[in-house]
Amino acid sequence: MTDISTRPADGGAGGTALSLKTFAPAIFLAPAVLLLAVYLLYPLVDSFRLSLFDWNGLGSDARFVGLDNWKKLATDALFWEAAWNNILLAFFSVLVQMPIALVLAVVLDNAGKGSRILKILYFLPLLMSSVALGVLFKYFYDVTFGPLNALLDFVGLGYLAQDWLGDTRFALGAVIAVVCWQYIPFYMVLFMAGLASFPADISEAAKLDGASEATIFWKMKLPHLKGTLRTAIVLSVIGALRYFDLIYVMTGGGPEGASELMATYMYRNVFSSFQLGYGSTVASGMFIVVILIASVLMRLSKRYETEV
Amino acid sequence: MASSPAARVTGRIAVPVLGLFWLAVTTVPFLFMVMTSFKSQQESFSSSVWALPKALDLVNYESVLEGPFLTYFKNSVMVVVISVILIMLISAMAAFAFARMRFRLNDALFGLIVAGMIVPIHITLVPIYLLTRQLGLYDSQFALIGPYVATSLPISVFILTEFMRQIPKELEEAARLDGCGPFAIFFKVFLPLSGPGLSTIAIYNGIMLWNEFIFAYVLTSSTSTRTLPLAIWDYQGQYTSNIPAILAVVTLTSLPLVVAYAFGQEKIVKGMMAGSLKG
Repeated sequence: MTDISTRPADGGAGGTALSLKTFAPAIFLAPAVLLLAVYLLYPLVDSFRLSLFDWNGLGSDARFVGLDNWKKLATDALFWEAAWNNILLAFFSVLVQMPIALVLAVVLDNAGKGSRILKILYFLPLLMSSVALGVLFKYFYDVTFGPLNALLDFVGLGYLAQDWLGDTRFALGAVIAVVCWQYIPFYMVLFMAGLASFPADISEAAKLDGASEATIFWKMKLPHLKGTLRTAIVLSVIGALRYFDLIYVMTGGGPEGASELMATYMYRNVFSSFQLGYGSTVASGMFIVVILIASVLMRLSKRYETEV
Repeated sequence: MASSPAARVTGRIAVPVLGLFWLAVTTVPFLFMVMTSFKSQQESFSSSVWALPKALDLVNYESVLEGPFLTYFKNSVMVVVISVILIMLISAMAAFAFARMRFRLNDALFGLIVAGMIVPIHITLVPIYLLTRQLGLYDSQFALIGPYVATSLPISVFILTEFMRQIPKELEEAARLDGCGPFAIFFKVFLPLSGPGLSTIAIYNGIMLWNEFIFAYVLTSSTSTRTLPLAIWDYQGQYTSNIPAILAVVTLTSLPLVVAYAFGQEKIVKGMMAGSLKG
């Protein structure tokens, strides 16, 4: 490209104005590029650099160990269990959230006057910080004082009461339920926007041709939502792979690693065991896993797009 | 013609039943939170969880507000306001360059910045922690501003660039004929016309940063510098088994956003959907 000046020189532009224009993109981009370089790109590279050291984070006794940390990571069952939990979280997030969000979007689409107030109230959990939700649900699930077990007891299902967060069989599921509870309204609003963009005259025409509401929904509106659904799945999976706050607050990854995620495992290595080197290896490994899954997912959804 | 009568009846029943069912699912945890926050510790142990509080006892709230709660609140306001202003200015400048300037690396750089959206911030945590210590910013509110602005830039630049691409070229041409250079065009034409885009990113990032936990947790350590999400964390350590008091903290920290939401639900919903919905 030979065009370095931002625009063809116009009327009154003199020499200084022209050079100002030459540098204008650089000036406009400088703050953003600088901040991203310092707080995103540099840390990314530095994390990989630190992954080659054995270091407790204190003083200067960092020891270069080459790929030892990476070899350890490759066979670290705890890391792969955590990664597997991330995948379970992603899988069940999609499996639970998408259908419920879609049903709720259809319900609100048909709810007439009440739909606005319902939408506003449904959306409340999304305003909460994950720390607030984490603490709230920690007590919600409490084995003795928690309202969930009390509720089960009240409806005669007391035998189902559990130590939800303290039992290795239930901890991950209990956290996934909270994630779904918080994010279903988000995807519901997404689907509502998708439904609203369905051309009204087409459904009118279909009705005149004798199609039932159900047929219009299944054969026309649902296919119309494909793009939205794809966006929703990508967002949900990427979110699940990076999850941290809520789990850290509710279970800390426990009991016995039952709800450990890549990010909580990284955190534990760095700030509890003071293994900055190995913690950085975990973080870098997490980065690779996330980027791999995200790019496969985006490629798949693109291929799918061209087929349709 | 349309649906069969049977189907219409099921619809008429299913819609309100499902609508109210999810309303219950959404509100039950909040009810538990608010109700319990008015109980005394004694009462919360002795009576049923779902029993209404005996009296509207504000003792938990008083005890929380007597503590350093307002310091956390002030820190949050300061960090979020400064960060959001910087995010708006810096991402608008970059978006202007991407949307309206021709230069060699335009597409490549834009792609790179947008790709920043999928980077898990956790990989940056240790290096930023070390960097913050080196810069002497550790345990100050200013430690948070750099990471907050930087991690918000990819999505903000993306949204604003899309927005600015839609601003009619004619307005820019007219300004240029009036003798405006790129800076005048940016400040006099693009910034004022980007109001809706700017308010979207302000709402989205404002809420995200108001609730941000991990950077604040790692980069600050004393009460005088910590933000509201950490208030919950710190009070939890302090009150240990006083569940009503902890839930009073949770209620109080949630209040500012709920109040804001009461004033502009549509805007906030739209802002929160930013990046996944166009416009």
